[in-house]
Amino acid sequence: MFPQNKQLYTKLIMSDPCMKFLLNGEPVSVTDLPPTLSLLQYLRQNCALPGTKEGCAEGDCGACTVTVADIDADGRIRHRAVNACIQFMPALHGKAVTTVEGVAVGGVPHPVQQAMVDCHASQCGFCTPGFVMSLYADFRAHAPREVTRQEVDSLLAGNLCRCTGYRPIADAARQALAVPRSPAESARDEAHEKALRTLARGCGELVLDGAAGKWFTPKTEASLARCLAAHPDARIIAGLTDVGLWATKQLRTFPKLVLVSEIDSLHRVAASGGRLDIGAAVTWSEAMPHLLRHWPEMQEHLLRFASPPVRNSATVGGNVANGSPIGDSMPAFIALGAEVVLRSLSGERTMPLEAFYLAYQQTARADGEYVAAIRVPLPARSQRFRVYKVSKRFDQDISALCAGFMVKVERGVVVEARIAFGGMAATPKRATRAEQALLGRTLDEAAMQVAQEALDGDFQPISDMRSSAAYRRQVARNLVKRFFLEVAPAGEHATALRLADLEVLP
Amino acid sequence: MKRDLPASAVRTGAVGAALPHDSAHLHVAGAATYIDDIPELAGTLHIAVGMSTVARGRLVAMQLDRVRAAAGVVAVLGHADIPGEKCIGPVKHDEPVFAIDRVEYIGQPLFAVVATSLEAARRAARLAQVTYEEEPPILDYDDAIRANSHVLPPLTLVTGDAKAAIAAAPYRLSNRLLMGGQEQFYLEGQIAYACPREDGQMLVYSSTQHPTETQFTVAHVLGVAPSQVVVECRRMGGAFGGKETQAAYFAAVAALAAAKLKRAVKFRADRDDDFMLTGKRHEFRADYEVGFDASGRILGLEMTLASRCGWSADLSGSVNDRAVMHVSNAYHLANVTIRSLRLKTNQQSANAFRGFGGPQGILAGEHVIDDIARHLKLDPLAVRKANFYSADPSSPRAMTHYGMRVEDNVILELVTELEASSEYARRRAAVDQWNAREPLIKRGLALTPVMFGISFTASFLNQAGALLHVYHDGSVMINHAATEMGQGVYTKVAQVVAEEFGLQVRQVRITATDTSKVPNTSPTAASSGADLNGKAAQAAAREIKARLAAFCASTHGFDAATVEFRDGRVMAGAWERPWEEVVRAAYMARVSLSSTGFYSVPKVGFDPATLKGRPFYYFAYGAAVSEVAIDILTGESRLLRVDVLHDVGRSLNPAIDRGQVEGGFVQGMGWLTSEELVWDAHGRLRTHAPSTYKIPVSSDVPEAFKVSLWERGENVEDSIFRSKAVGEPPLMLASSVFLAIRDAVAAARGGVPALDAPATPERILLACSAGPAA
Ligand SMILES: Cc1cc2nc3c(=O)[nH]c(=O)nc-3n(C[C@H](O)[C@H](O)[C@H](O)COP(=O)(O)OP(=O)(O)OC[C@H]3O[C@@H](n4cnc5c(N)ncnc54)[C@H](O)[C@@H]3O)c2cc1C
Ligand code: FES
Ligand code: FES
Repeated sequence: MFPQNKQLYTKLIMSDPCMKFLLNGEPVSVTDLPPTLSLLQYLRQNCALPGTKEGCAEGDCGACTVTVADIDADGRIRHRAVNACIQFMPALHGKAVTTVEGVAVGGVPHPVQQAMVDCHASQCGFCTPGFVMSLYADFRAHAPREVTRQEVDSLLAGNLCRCTGYRPIADAARQALAVPRSPAESARDEAHEKALRTLARGCGELVLDGAAGKWFTPKTEASLARCLAAHPDARIIAGLTDVGLWATKQLRTFPKLVLVSEIDSLHRVAASGGRLDIGAAVTWSEAMPHLLRHWPEMQEHLLRFASPPVRNSATVGGNVANGSPIGDSMPAFIALGAEVVLRSLSGERTMPLEAFYLAYQQTARADGEYVAAIRVPLPARSQRFRVYKVSKRFDQDISALCAGFMVKVERGVVVEARIAFGGMAATPKRATRAEQALLGRTLDEAAMQVAQEALDGDFQPISDMRSSAAYRRQVARNLVKRFFLEVAPAGEHATALRLADLEVLP
Repeated sequence: MKRDLPASAVRTGAVGAALPHDSAHLHVAGAATYIDDIPELAGTLHIAVGMSTVARGRLVAMQLDRVRAAAGVVAVLGHADIPGEKCIGPVKHDEPVFAIDRVEYIGQPLFAVVATSLEAARRAARLAQVTYEEEPPILDYDDAIRANSHVLPPLTLVTGDAKAAIAAAPYRLSNRLLMGGQEQFYLEGQIAYACPREDGQMLVYSSTQHPTETQFTVAHVLGVAPSQVVVECRRMGGAFGGKETQAAYFAAVAALAAAKLKRAVKFRADRDDDFMLTGKRHEFRADYEVGFDASGRILGLEMTLASRCGWSADLSGSVNDRAVMHVSNAYHLANVTIRSLRLKTNQQSANAFRGFGGPQGILAGEHVIDDIARHLKLDPLAVRKANFYSADPSSPRAMTHYGMRVEDNVILELVTELEASSEYARRRAAVDQWNAREPLIKRGLALTPVMFGISFTASFLNQAGALLHVYHDGSVMINHAATEMGQGVYTKVAQVVAEEFGLQVRQVRITATDTSKVPNTSPTAASSGADLNGKAAQAAAREIKARLAAFCASTHGFDAATVEFRDGRVMAGAWERPWEEVVRAAYMARVSLSSTGFYSVPKVGFDPATLKGRPFYYFAYGAAVSEVAIDILTGESRLLRVDVLHDVGRSLNPAIDRGQVEGGFVQGMGWLTSEELVWDAHGRLRTHAPSTYKIPVSSDVPEAFKVSLWERGENVEDSIFRSKAVGEPPLMLASSVFLAIRDAVAAARGGVPALDAPATPERILLACSAGPAA
């Protein structure tokens, strides 16, 4: 039995021995479920629904995109695109999955499908179901609406097409998303939502205890804490956008899995007392509006973090807890002076985020602890902040390096400097020498140069397939320059600084 | 170039219409069946292969007990289990199906695990303990040259006297360009599903561009006659050349297991395995010296084109031949020597990829032109024009360096039109002004032409067959040699048949390519699919039309030559009847309503030993202008606007053709920008999944992407309805992106930049930081 001791979790919450979900509107119960069976495998192998494709099995191509609907902490139904290839089946307990086979309404192609045909947006067709589903997710959530090409690009950043060159797909997207929902579709959607609410009401904490592994979905932090105390060896999972790949690519096995994303209290985002607390299970999609309210400077960075379907699953806590040296949130959070909030059965502790990272893929999280929240001080008036990501491809790529810069300038001089880099060391790491070099200086050319020079002593980057050590060093220096030019422009003529903002010459 | 069209090229309806892809409605519904979607037969088994972890060395021992004992494993197969030929390969049979005593690249298959599930097979394959006697791998060009390591012997094309011409030229320069490879990254990975049939026969569903070669490879490995084997392919989820030769491997291994175990066996490669196992576009190094005059006209060119071919020959011969021929792109080269080195390296075996050596040859040639322009401080476009082949076929400047006369040259006309429509001159000035003002973001602009030869250079491949049935209710089924990989060849051929019969396209059923319906098929490659198979299908349709016309004529007493097929009716003078009625009557009168069709391309003939002759039936032309910007702090680049004018002749289907132009362009752009293959010092490919290997996404394609099919375009040769092949040529339009980036780098640092392909941020930054060169 998992968790071992039945008394450990609250009696009020039911425990379900069997995974239940809605598939294209129909309730399905799944028994004898291997916990790491992916939704994609399940659809293709068990349901004879081969419309959802496998292009990579690692969340990077979008061929497997489906939509998932569930009910958030406030009782609202959320619809989102997700990558079926890296979702473990039990994580969909109590949710509604729609596949490409389920979008046509009463045998009539959905507007999204029709637009894809009309715009000649499929060639080999293998990517097409994924595009249809990314667009359908947006249609389901927002239609009808007018979208710009840039919005389409962001929406489709997680879908690769090798054939078309995207132009016809973008045309189809703009055309389809502006179509009003038909009465027949609205009626179907309502029926599905009703079914989802009924299903969700009847779903409790999922407990699987099969030969292939154990699974637990706690619904409260108390339940989670007790489970982790009893099973410190259990693997915590949230959005599965890191762990899913360990299963599909590294073929790792997980004897015990504990899913944290069904705990309402870990989904809170709250600004109070001069800080923003972001619950660990908040997805990047959910966190984005909150972060942008306080740090609009993060806009480009957040849009370049993975892709919409990944951001719809990936959690803030997962990114931070995973502690990858090339994770994109840490340089920004560390620069902003964020803390990580850790909880366990024995209480709560916080520490500066940079202190959380001990060595390559090693964190200060103790057995029985989980990441509960990230706590970020709200911006002071004197604060200048930027975050930069450099990668081979603008969208949906892993950083070659990533940098967060924050300085506080009072009466013209730097009183605080926090600079953090990803991709420059075995962990996300502060550039302490460069920070020191800036203190007490005005943000001028000379300060920039000393910071650049100091930076050389801060890091010994490595060469890998993303870039060479020399490139990383050079660009790290250049990003210091960019930061200076952006926050303290010299001269009256504002120099063009960002490719993303560039227009075609008239 | 407009001429009076012969009657054979006049169209009435289906041909020329912008019809959707025949499977579009299935694609969007998830209802198009790919091989992995075929319902599996009970007891189907799955395959994963064990791969070499060493790039070069002797295979000392393989300990496979743990593999055999793993859960779900039914069999483990190695070279000793092969009843037929142990080595395969399209030209040279130099690829052991499973390593025998040596390993030659990291990823080389050692054995296959057959298990009850794919996951079980993949898990088990990792349990092998293999002992190697390692040797230092040959990876680099110079290492290979020093070690005399070639998959095919060096070859030299000589025309005129390059050395003397260069020596006598008023200007000279020499340079080197490195060009990276490219993974095909078909969205559907390699897959085959083998189902044993009675009496030793085998049905293989294969995602293959070359069903016949797949059939023969299976037969050779099984040691049976090819007539025992049927290969079927309804569609591929992309191929791009990557399934021309390498699909056969997967089919052969699946069939081997199926024959041995008498069960259906599927071999679907995981994406990472696909990257590690299969070949990619050839990496090239071009070293050259060129002599030219003050106008930039090339007087003599000496070039060495070395390619890293990987561990086996595959199609490297033809790929490199095409590179050698396309160095000239649209330019006349009077005195030229090109040495072609097909180097054997310990990597995946480089193979076909859209363009087939053409892109590397053309980029090398365009790089020469760009160097000349920068050296002389001329606008590269002016230098291009100074070098174009003559439009007068009788001029000596209309002769290619491989001895083919250019009889259909429209490049100047087309480029001039694009120059005007894209406002090249005005934008050139605007870009220069921007660059004078802006220190950190530099812009670049380039216009490059494409002139791409159409036909297989292996002349015998220029043939195709079709099988056309008219059922006695009037419904029509067409089958032909081409495979559908998204390029729309099924749609185009159906349009041809509909056109011939005067029917609607939806009345023509297209069926899966199948070696038991149409035999001895050539690969669907070299952009030839619609050209060859459209003609073959047309021949079949005309045969049936002739029989129906003769039947009507004899029944009703008019001249068969007056019979027309139009709008679903058959007519002669005032007489007319619905198609269905005529077909039915012909059937009742015992007229055969089925026919094969065959086509062989006229005029072509080429000697691969000297690289001389007429390799191509005709040329496809196009040009593109790209405007880019680079960030000189990070080296990142962005494509801002593209204008394309492309000649598809008289389009069979403008919607499909435009799709090919746009898709090809973007694929070429990926090759030259973000798609970087990185092998480490041990020879291990480090970029083997979309997480590390970045093909373009939507945001890499500018909203200002203006693509026009050239209205005046028309094939001077008697191609199918005067159309032109469109699969490959547009890929090379993306040279304009690379050269625009080079232009921006030049703006950042002056002089002649040293920028290799792909122009990743790192290469751009490096090129910007290097001081100005002379
Ligand atoms: C296609 C793709 C693109 C990506 N792009 C980016 C990118 O651009 N930038 C980037 O930074 N990352 C990227 N990632 C990585 C990934 O999306 C992020 O790291 C994500 O935030 C992880 O969150 P998750 O909820 O999915 O974590 P999971 O995969 O569920 O877990 C990740 C790790 O965190 C641990 N964990 C999760 N939650 C907790 C918790 N509450 N307490 C303790 N431990 C916990 C898990 O045990 C595991 O070790 C990408 C991933 C994919 C598949
Ligand atoms: S299969 Fe590629 S994202 Fe899921
Ligand atoms: S249509 Fe082939 S990958 Fe998109």
